[in-house]
Formats: sequence, structure tokens, C-alpha cells
Amino acid sequence: MSKRLLAAALIVSASFGPALAAKTSLVVGMPIEPPGLDPTIAAPVAIREVTWANLYEGLVRIDRNGKVQPLLAKRWDISPDGLTYTFHLQTGVKFHDGSAFDSADVKFAFDRARAPNSTNAQKQIFAPIDSIETPDPATVVIKLKETSGNFLYYLGWGDAVIIAPETAENNKANPVGTGPFKFKSWTRGDRVELVRNPDYWQPDKTKLETVTFRFINDPQAQVAALRAGDVDAFPNIGAPELFSELKKDPRFTAVAGNTEGEVVAGMNNAKKPFNDVRVRRALMHAVDRKALVEGAYSGYGQPIGSFFSPNHPAFVDMTGVIPYDQEKAKALLAEAGYGNGLSITIKTPQMAYASRSAELLAAMFAEVGIDMKIIPTEFPAKWIEEVFKNKDYDVTIVAHTEPLDIDIFARDNYYFNYKNDRFKALIADAGRTTSENARFAKYAEAQKILAEDVPALFLFQLPKLGVWNAKLSGLWENSPVPANDVTEVSWSD
Amino acid sequence: MRSRLRPNAALVIGGILTALLIGTALLSLVWTPEPPTRVRIAMRLKAPLDVGLLGTDHFGRDVASMLMAGAWNSLAIAWPAVLLGAAIGTAIGCAAAAWKGLADEIAMRVSDVVFAFPAVLSAIMIGALLGSGPLAAILAIAVFNIPVFARVTRGVALQVWTLDYIAAARALGKPPLRITLEDVIPNIAGALIVQVTIQLALAILTEAGLSYLGLGVRPPNPSWGRMLSDAQTYLSQAPHLAIAPGLAIALSVLGLNLLGDGLRDAIDPTLRSRSASA
Repeated sequence: MSKRLLAAALIVSASFGPALAAKTSLVVGMPIEPPGLDPTIAAPVAIREVTWANLYEGLVRIDRNGKVQPLLAKRWDISPDGLTYTFHLQTGVKFHDGSAFDSADVKFAFDRARAPNSTNAQKQIFAPIDSIETPDPATVVIKLKETSGNFLYYLGWGDAVIIAPETAENNKANPVGTGPFKFKSWTRGDRVELVRNPDYWQPDKTKLETVTFRFINDPQAQVAALRAGDVDAFPNIGAPELFSELKKDPRFTAVAGNTEGEVVAGMNNAKKPFNDVRVRRALMHAVDRKALVEGAYSGYGQPIGSFFSPNHPAFVDMTGVIPYDQEKAKALLAEAGYGNGLSITIKTPQMAYASRSAELLAAMFAEVGIDMKIIPTEFPAKWIEEVFKNKDYDVTIVAHTEPLDIDIFARDNYYFNYKNDRFKALIADAGRTTSENARFAKYAEAQKILAEDVPALFLFQLPKLGVWNAKLSGLWENSPVPANDVTEVSWSD
Repeated sequence: MRSRLRPNAALVIGGILTALLIGTALLSLVWTPEPPTRVRIAMRLKAPLDVGLLGTDHFGRDVASMLMAGAWNSLAIAWPAVLLGAAIGTAIGCAAAAWKGLADEIAMRVSDVVFAFPAVLSAIMIGALLGSGPLAAILAIAVFNIPVFARVTRGVALQVWTLDYIAAARALGKPPLRITLEDVIPNIAGALIVQVTIQLALAILTEAGLSYLGLGVRPPNPSWGRMLSDAQTYLSQAPHLAIAPGLAIALSVLGLNLLGDGLRDAIDPTLRSRSASA
């Protein structure tokens, strides 16, 4: 009898509980699981999508509009020559393990990231740094070797978050930062759970108590999870063909925004036949970008002709430089000595946009006499090993989701194996240029070089098809940096 | 009377469906309404009869043509896989029946171990070793078929070994290998043919499962399994994309199973009662 009463009481409290206060838990769905949880030692964006702004914080941050905002540095002074940055730090900030944050941590984090043996994925952020001084615990003085137009902006990225020397080594599996949420648990292959940080330095910043990131790769399963209420929000759903349907459903808010992700089919520029620019141009001529976006992403996503996000003010539309033209493609192939056909392979990761694009590319290439075989691979682990590290590939396809990452084509030993000294000098020059107009002009010229030289096939800009419970607010509609910043998310009842 | 009518019906229906499957597969080598891999984005997701007999998929490819080419791709994996498995399995089963004792024990226990792995699991393991693709699929399905044929062969071969004329041959000093080749195998051929038919149905199903998981036929070559997996996300918009390959798989498997049943009853009615009681 008493058991039954207890059960009845439990049911009553369970059903009335949520009505008393707004929900404070959030489940966010992501297609790919991060390989670790330290954004300062590895490239995959999934790491940033879990940790950036939630677990870790930098001196500055990028806001939802792509602008630089103060964070752990409450303000800064830049010397007139642009070579000395003095950051004034927030005081009273604590790491999740209880230790205090101060200028020594900033110096440690940046010195670690720029050390010769560092595996930081964006070392160009720290390359201009000459010295880091810490005159007192609340001040950091960074002297640069040369001016750096994007220095502050870069410091807002996940690669430049501040970590503590005591915990840095274990951050991959047990992350410790200064952010509004603390790491709770990680069930491999399934979810990462975060809980509210009660000692956060901006006490009323967040409304959520728990945040769970769930990893669901299959687009159909993503939609099913949303409909079943297992997942509250998919910041970027993998099923564009179902997006218009979800848009009509009053239970959800569905927003088509922009990402910084350029979908490119990278070619191994050091390998025959891709060392011949005529072959690369022929492949580009063979691609009908509009049809590709239609078939691979149900028409969402802007075609691109170079490697620059349309969201950036320096963007120039380069799709006309090497337009869809099968006759030109055939002529160029014949000129390069492949008039009788060419056999190549494409290593394709499992993401729907990638495998669909690869199938479409293979069909388009077949029409100009190129036989492209599709070899499935798995992102990130297998792809990173085979393509990114060992460069054992002909063609591959992946979206590059870091913002302002045109410089990857200027990097030595990057997976494209692309070498162009003029481009390299231009990118270095643009980076040093502090005048915005002059810098943007240089970026425009760099876009043109890539559009003409085609080190990779420039396909389209990945849209951000966000779908979440209509009662949720505060999620980002665009992603100017790869992130799922949930600090401002709340439930309406 | 009734017991003879049913197997005949099974034989006829199974035979027709199987002939249709093989005929379609062969026809696809020389003719399909459209090239099965031709992409026409402007005509994507069209309904049946709107464009082509069975409509178009998410790339505007002709579904009817893809089904036809898929039939060939399906058989091209299923046939060699079953024949390979049957050859090895029959050899093991015959050897076990001929020499008995320790050889028999070892062969059957190893069969039990292989049998314990589902075909999909062994395919994933073989795929990890060889890389995914048609060869891995053939090997995976073949491995799965070996213990099936080993057991069936051993069972019927042991019976044959008890027959009087074989005892006579042994008494005359005919070596076991010659007895197996000249006397046992001709006697068990019927049972093997029936088993091949039934295993073919299973192989087609497994191949579809493997392609569904991305382990079988490589894109862009059409495969029923991958057509199903591609159709998933379009289920609400274009259900014909899932129904067409689903029906093709179901009818092929049904046809081969009926054919196997019909053949079994036609070749050796005693097999029916034995397998029913087993």
C-alpha cells in the first residue's frame, strides 16, 4: 500500500515538476564525436564545438556576429607601432579545479602552443609573437616581431584558449578551463556531459544546469532524435532534404544560416596528374556547382570559386573564373595528354555532404572522360591518418570550417601539397597589414590566385541548418567560428 | 495428391521469379532504359511514371535502370560467394564423412565456431583486413557458407556411406577418396543443389545488408542495399525509392526459397520430411 502511494507521489511530482520552473537541461546533437577535448592540440572542429566558450575561454572571444569581444582580458592597449599588446586581465577567475587564473597561465598557454614540439593546429596565430611578459598577475604584455592584422581576432579562437599548467596534460580526456560549464563525463561513442560551474566569474551568465552533447551521425536518426525529444537542438542537421519539412513543424525553430565551412575537393598537388595545372583546371571546368549543391545539399549552400567565406567582408565571388564548361575540360585534358581518359580515386569521408558530392563529382567527371573511383574512409581518425598526415590520396573531399583559413594553402607540408611562393608571400604580407582596406585587397588577390591555380576544387559553402525546440532561445544562427556556444541558451517555460 | 501439388507450385513460382531475376540481371548488361549511373539533377526525386517506369532518385538517376543493374551486381557477388563456400564446405563435409573420428570432430567444431559469427560481423572483420568492396563481400559471404555446406554434406554423406554397395566397395579395397568422388558425391548432388538455391537467397539478402552498411558494391555502381540506405532520408518525400529495391530484394529471396523448396521435393521427397523433423 505504502509502495503504491510512493509510486503515485513520484508520478505526481514527476509530472508537475517541470511546470514549476523552466527547464535547465539541454541536449545538443552533433554529427561527429570529437577525438579529444583539448582544442589547443588538435584540428578537428568537433573539439571546439563541444568545448569553446563552454569549457574553455580565451583572452578575447568571437561573438555570434563574428566580432571580437573581451573575455578573460577585460581590456587591452595596442602600442602605436602595433607591436606591443598589453592585456589587462579579469581578476577573481578560477579554473574548474579551484586554482586561480592569472597572467602566468596566459604565458604558459601561449608558450605551450608556440613551442617547436607543439601540435597546435593554428600555429600561425602565435607565429608573430616575440616575447610574453607578465609584469603582474593581472597584466600580460605581448611583443610581436612584426605587425599582425588578425592577431586579436585569432586570439578568440579555440586554439588560443587559456589552460592551466597543472592540468594541461590531461585536458584531452579531462578538460579543465575557466568557462561557465565544467566537464562531468564522457561516454565514448555516445555523449559528453557538462554541468554548470558554480564558481564562474560571471555568476548570472548562464541559465542552464546541465548540457549534454550527443553524437549522432546518421541524418535520419538525427531527425528521429529531434522528433522524439531525445535531442533538444541540432545546431547543424545533416539532413537538408528534411529541413523544409522541419521548418513547417511548429514544435521546432529551423534556421538556415551560414557556416565558415568551404566544401573543397582537395587534390594531391605533388602527385601526377594533379601536379599539372591544366588537369586541375579541367576537373574544375567539369563541375556544375549549382547541380552539385542541388543534389548534395537540396539547394542550400552557396557555390564558391575560391577559398573564402561569403560571410567575410573581403569575399569576392570567383565562381566565374573557371566556370562549368565540359568542352574546355576535355580540351585541357587532351592538352595535358589525357585525351584518352584518366583514372583517379577519391577518398570520401562518411558525412552525407561528402559522400553525395563525391558521387556527383564522379558522374560529372565521367562525362568528360575521367573515371573517378570512390574509396570510402572514416572521418576523423582514418581520414586524418591517411589523407591529412600521410598524404596517401589523389582527391579527397571535406569542409574546412575554420574561419579565415585561406592561409592553409600557404602552409608547408599541408595535405594539398600545394607550393606557390607568390601566394605564400602575399598571405604573409596580408597578415602583417594592419590597415583593413589594404589587408582586404590582398585577400582579394589571394582568392584570385587560388581560383586560377585550383589547388583544390572549390565547390560550395556549407550552410548551417539549425533545428531546435521552439521553446529554446539563445542558440547561434550562424557560426562565424566553429562553436556551439550555449552560455546564452534558455528555455521559455 | 495434395502433397505433390504444393511443391510443384513452389517450383513453378520460384522458377519464374528466379528466371526473371537472372533474366533482368543479364539484360542489364546489354540494355537498360537509361544508363544506371547517369545523374540528372534537374529531374531529381520524380515519381514513378512521371520520369521513367519507377521514377528517379535524389540525383535524378533512373530507378528502374538502377534496379536492373543492381540485380546483376547482387548476383555477381552472391553467386561466386555461394559457389566458393559450397566448394570448400562440401570438401570438408565429404572428408569428415569419409574419415570420421578426429578429422570429423575437428571439422565440425571449427564449423561451429565459424557458424557462431553472423555474416555481417565477419564481413566487417574481413572488410577491415581487405578494405571494403566487392571482394570483401564475396569472401565474407563465402566464409559464412562454408560451415552450412560442411554440415549438410556430412549429414547426407554419412548416410550414403552406410549403403551396402559402398560397404562392398570398401571391402574390395577402393580408397575413400575414390569412393567419395565416384559414389558419394553423385548421390548427394541433389541435396547440394537445393542448398545452393537456398543459400543464394540468403547471400542476396546479406549482400544487400552489407551494401546498406557501405561494405559491398562501391558507389556509383547501383546496389539494392545502398539504394535502400540512400532512400532512408527521402522516405517521406519519395517513398518509391525505398519500395522499389525493397520489393526487388523480397521477390528475389522469395523466388529462390520457393525454387529451393520445390527442387527439394522434386529431386528427393524424403529430404522434405527429414529437414522438417530436424
